[in-house]
Amino acid sequence: MTAPETSITTVPRLYTNKTLRNAFGGVLSFFILLLIGVLAFSIRLFSVIKYESVIHEFDPYFNYRVTQFLTKKGIYEFWNWFDDRTWYPLGRVIGGTVYPGLTLTAGTLWWLLNSLNIPLSVETVCVFTAPIFSAFASWATYLLTKEVKGAGAGLTAAALLAMVPSYISRSVAGSYDNEAVAIFALIFTFYLYIKTLNTGSLFYATLNSIAYFYMVCSWGGYTFIINLIPMHVLLCIVTGRYSSRLYIVYAPLVVLGTLLAALVPVVGFNAVMTSEHFASFLVFIIVHVVAFVYYIKGILSPKMFKVAVTLVVSVGLAVCCAVIAVLIALVASSPTKGWSGRSLSLLDPTYASKYIPIIASVSEHQPPTWPSYFMDINVLAFLVPAGIIACFLPLSDASSFVVLYIATSVYFSGVMVRLMLVLAPAACITSGIALSQAFDVFTRSIKFQLPGLSSNAEVHAGETSSATAEAQNDAVNTGKSEETLKDRSSRKSKKKEREHVEKPSTKAKVEKKRLLALPLEASVISLLLLVLLGAFYVVHCVWAAAEAYSAPSIVLTSHSHDGLHVFDDFREAYAWLRHNTDVDDKVASWWDYGYQTTAMANRTVIVDNNTWNNTHIATVGTAMSSPEKAAWEIFHSLDVKYVLVVFGGLVGYPSDDINKFLWMVRIGGGVFPHIKEPDYLRDGQYRIDSQATPTMLNCLMYKLSYYRFVETDGKGFDRVRQTEIGKKYFKLTHFEEVFTTHHWMVRIYKLKPSKNRIRGKTKKSKSKTSSTSSPKRNGRKKKNPWH
Amino acid sequence: MVWVFNYLSLNCWRDFFTVKKRSEEEVAIEFGVFIEKRRSEEGAIEFRAKMGRTSSSKDDAQALFHSLRSAYASTPINLKIIDLYVGFAVFTALIQVVYMAIVGSFPFNSFLSGVLSCVGTAVLAVCLRIQVNKENKEFKDLPPERAFADFVLCNLVLHLVIMNFLG
Repeated sequence: MTAPETSITTVPRLYTNKTLRNAFGGVLSFFILLLIGVLAFSIRLFSVIKYESVIHEFDPYFNYRVTQFLTKKGIYEFWNWFDDRTWYPLGRVIGGTVYPGLTLTAGTLWWLLNSLNIPLSVETVCVFTAPIFSAFASWATYLLTKEVKGAGAGLTAAALLAMVPSYISRSVAGSYDNEAVAIFALIFTFYLYIKTLNTGSLFYATLNSIAYFYMVCSWGGYTFIINLIPMHVLLCIVTGRYSSRLYIVYAPLVVLGTLLAALVPVVGFNAVMTSEHFASFLVFIIVHVVAFVYYIKGILSPKMFKVAVTLVVSVGLAVCCAVIAVLIALVASSPTKGWSGRSLSLLDPTYASKYIPIIASVSEHQPPTWPSYFMDINVLAFLVPAGIIACFLPLSDASSFVVLYIATSVYFSGVMVRLMLVLAPAACITSGIALSQAFDVFTRSIKFQLPGLSSNAEVHAGETSSATAEAQNDAVNTGKSEETLKDRSSRKSKKKEREHVEKPSTKAKVEKKRLLALPLEASVISLLLLVLLGAFYVVHCVWAAAEAYSAPSIVLTSHSHDGLHVFDDFREAYAWLRHNTDVDDKVASWWDYGYQTTAMANRTVIVDNNTWNNTHIATVGTAMSSPEKAAWEIFHSLDVKYVLVVFGGLVGYPSDDINKFLWMVRIGGGVFPHIKEPDYLRDGQYRIDSQATPTMLNCLMYKLSYYRFVETDGKGFDRVRQTEIGKKYFKLTHFEEVFTTHHWMVRIYKLKPSKNRIRGKTKKSKSKTSSTSSPKRNGRKKKNPWH
Repeated sequence: MVWVFNYLSLNCWRDFFTVKKRSEEEVAIEFGVFIEKRRSEEGAIEFRAKMGRTSSSKDDAQALFHSLRSAYASTPINLKIIDLYVGFAVFTALIQVVYMAIVGSFPFNSFLSGVLSCVGTAVLAVCLRIQVNKENKEFKDLPPERAFADFVLCNLVLHLVIMNFLG
């Protein structure tokens, strides 16, 4: 209890020195983390500053609408919501088909703020959810990297993640999409996994399962976690790193994780029945077998163990083969081998283009080009290999996990550009490790070559040698000594102390360290170059955030010699729809605009971005590719009143419906064989000029896009296709134009109602057939009596 | 026939003990060991394994079983209780699977939650056993009360989820 008097004078001074340094390091790293959070938040605010606080793109509008519903009606209504304003005759079960994590998070945030009497609107909360969670994500990266390599690497990785452009692109203020919270959930789950692996505590295993549950709620990419973790466990077993901590980290996660995943309505029983989860069950069995084998090995003698092995192997192998054969037969009997279409397209990149054109048509699902790697992760692209090497010295369970994570994420990012987002945290972690190690080596070399500091080193060595006996045990047993090192400066000295522990004599240490140090000039210049590298990275990230990724695609701007032009046509069109049509009117457009139409115009749509029903989309695609009369009939059968078309020819907006037309033809032709793609092609190309095919010139999309277009400049010059249009003067017979926006970007047409009287047919024939069944007459009336 | 067998066994045993070092004591109780294999399990079993190739697998199995039993008998009683609990949980899970095979899996979520709750508690009990086992070097700093508290907490979360999923 009472310390001996002789050491009272010496021990407190040592104690104070070390704890003072640790305390200072702790406070410094706390402030650094706070600044990193502020940085992550503020770098994403460019779009709010340049444009306004508005929700971007297409998918976030759906999430925004769902969040509005949640805040208005409450959570029970939300879970049981059947939405009848999309997919018009079919409707959509929102409760069962949406990943609820994002909306529940934002709804909770809104409710919390409002109950504290901070009256933020739902839109504001939705817009700023993503930057807040990116700050959390960078803190989670700090925690994760600290578990792998130490606090210095943690701070570097957190700073890198706060700014990495790939993550910024999907989490700017206004990008209210699943990835905003899902990346935070991903990193946090991995952090808890590594923490459990390092400590072997069941408490962290429970937290790991709960974090995994949050990830399953948030994003379909949770299958990445449930396949990566079994791969890592298998890797550890195969490389002989099995320990009982591995069992504790994996087995409860699988059981609890599967249960929690099955709780989420979107996943439901897929958690046990689809092939995406089979890897986890297989490794679950393997881990049990391995654990049992180690247990038996522990209680038996080596000779008996050999006997046991021969016995078991001969019997068990037969049973195993039988079970595996049954399983393979079960899985092979389903045509997709139990995988969902999206996952299968990840494993086999050519799958989607052959079988599911909708998946292939999304631009985010294309493979990335080489420049996009440099654009999205910039400097990290060549720091990553250095980080991988640093992970191998020394190799621990945690660093092997990081290596596996970066390898798999590089592969998947090569398949789909959207998955560069999953690569970003891995790249930041490995680059953080690399940079931190490099800084460590250089600063240590400098420190030992400056004359004043090296004598200090010897004094420190003498002082702390008495306390090293205790420290030695800690340093050897766990990596926890690194956890107490909060700052790089304290880490330098602590590392030096640890090295002193290993070699008892101080002189030999100092000499040895002089041999390990790099020349002074080289390390100074290298430090400066590394700082310059960081500066380039920061400049690029800020540029990317400001110029490349902050555009809310709902508002477009262009710079010309007159100044800034703002194209607000989309909102103009949706506002017109909202104010000038009935609440129950149905609007047909291509599926890209479905979410925005339901959210902003509040009208029922036929198809939207969820793209769950291919046939319905093909119906709309066929209608757009057919001549006016056939299209009118299709739309009339769907109760459509208005048709919305996006046209960029006047201003040069390249993502308009004519450019998407080839997908309408392909998807429509995939279901309705009378739409044949070669009918629209001239020499293998889609053309709208005078060389276009007659089918193309007569189809609805052409007519609705170019109706009266020749009145704008007299020649009908399409700025996107860079030609004059083929058919310039024509009238619409079944549609009438009701609204065209300021820059002709959105054009809204109304279906003309069918005429009451049929011209041309005599009344006699009509009265003769009046006695026949009325459905037949009604059918004739519906059949559009034009011509 | 048996006499030939005995003669052969004696000769092989002599060769065996010229290789092994602990021959002096063993020679004295030669016959004793040969008759009672429980005295020195390892030497006798090794001897039998080398000698009897015709009845080897059955004898091996018996010898293995005996050695397993004696090794297991020496585990502390608290670990044995945990093992009993694990066995009970797995047995319950098996009963549920058999029941499902007979009756059909209609409320599939109930079946899933029932089986996974049994498997879950078994897994957690094994984790507890790992952490409480005094021979385990990695967990010698962990007080068993903390391990039990973690076990209870994890079970609580598991059963909360089970109750929710049971329908």
